[in-house]
Amino acid sequence: MRDKRMTAEEVVSTLSDGMTIGIGGWGSRRKPMALVRAILRSSLKDLTVVSYGGPDLGLLCAAGKVRTAVFGFVTLDSIPYDPYFRKARESGAITVREWDEGMFQTGLRAAAHRLPFLPMRAGLGSDVVTYDPTLKTIRSPYEDGAELLAVPALHLDAALVHLNRADRHGNARYLGPDPYFDDLFCLAATKRYVSCESIMDTAELAAAGPPQTLLLNRMMVDGVVETPRGAHFTSCAGDYGRDEAFQKEYASADWESFVDKYLSGDEATYQKAVA
Amino acid sequence: MSTIDVCVVACAELFRGDGEIVASPMGLVPQLGAKLARSTFEPDLLLSDGEATLLTADGVAEGWLPYRAVFDVVAHGRRHVVMGANQLDRYGNQNISCIGPHATPKRQLLGVRGAPGNTINHRTSYWVPKHSPRVFVPAVDMISGVGRDRGGHVYRVVTNLCVLDFGGPSHAMRVVSLHPGVTLDEVVEQTGFPLHAEDPPVTRSPSEEELALIAKLDPTGARNA
Repeated sequence: MRDKRMTAEEVVSTLSDGMTIGIGGWGSRRKPMALVRAILRSSLKDLTVVSYGGPDLGLLCAAGKVRTAVFGFVTLDSIPYDPYFRKARESGAITVREWDEGMFQTGLRAAAHRLPFLPMRAGLGSDVVTYDPTLKTIRSPYEDGAELLAVPALHLDAALVHLNRADRHGNARYLGPDPYFDDLFCLAATKRYVSCESIMDTAELAAAGPPQTLLLNRMMVDGVVETPRGAHFTSCAGDYGRDEAFQKEYASADWESFVDKYLSGDEATYQKAVA
Repeated sequence: MSTIDVCVVACAELFRGDGEIVASPMGLVPQLGAKLARSTFEPDLLLSDGEATLLTADGVAEGWLPYRAVFDVVAHGRRHVVMGANQLDRYGNQNISCIGPHATPKRQLLGVRGAPGNTINHRTSYWVPKHSPRVFVPAVDMISGVGRDRGGHVYRVVTNLCVLDFGGPSHAMRVVSLHPGVTLDEVVEQTGFPLHAEDPPVTRSPSEEELALIAKLDPTGARNA
């Protein structure tokens, strides 16, 4: 079996300007923050970011990496709004496609199933369809004749997700209560990267929990990155909670000094600074 | 008895008759209301811990409800959500997305979240802790939750002043009851559009049993903050 271990920098080197990047997790929960930080250190720009948004989107906006955000919400959970996403929106620095959160699952599933769209009710009647004019409705071909939203496939050039445990081949397990949509992000993407708290032998990974929490199998993954505390400062249930004090600092800091203090070095420097 | 306890009971009353469905109350007062309803007249309600676990009234994990399963329940329809609202119009169109033009908002808020899917699929109510013309507006800036005039299943609105439903002409907002000590003039003054009202009664006060349960559910009194 292939050894897919990579560094965060190697992952980022496979990405290019203008790509559509899907980021797993949810809000300020189990975000692949070490991979996001590697993007912050890179020259990547003009990204379209698809995310159940948290500080991943905030940081990427603050660093000027985002051209378009595809989002249903951006929140830090314990703090309602992300200040940098907010600033990017209010200054008109980014464009957005704002979708109902359930539409993401449907759009990712359509991409995963190689379908052009999947129908659902969510979005109908709301201004989601007003402000994303690419959205179209479809009439049921059956007797009911219902009008439904045809949620287009959300194809991703790359998916970045963070799980608790993985083996070097790309099998990976979550230890918290919620898988979020990380498997769908991978199935909807051309390049699929998982970062994890620790890489272990397949047998050890298998012994670390029940089979149903092995969310990713190696068919769904191109690269595995070991990044201890790589979800910091978001939560990584099963290993650690959200770093609320640090999140508060992030939400109230001046961006330049935040970068100086935490983001001007590599991941090891960051982890040392926040320890 | 305080106004906030009247609001908790009014939130509990939102779930009367719902039976064995998932109650998804957002915010402390609706959460206390849902738990109070389950402890009294709606024992079959299902409630999550706010993460991915369904908990019984005794705190036993009776089920698993990660976000992917929540979306299934939303589409299935056996759910009643109580959301907040930055803006609401007379038909219950709700905005939690942004204030001002969508391309460059004056104020970015949460985003539409699940409001479009919730309102088009199943019963939705709102909790507004501060009833004011800033919230109750003639037209919302970004329709997130879908109102009664556009096919949304909006049921009721509980505020710090009153309870509202959509029993007015063409499903427009109507005053169902006024909280103790609140006048209709006060509500009208704090609402940015004409309200329908037919001599509304006073919102019922909590019983002794309910007050004891509320105190037990919120022992630190966080609801008063």
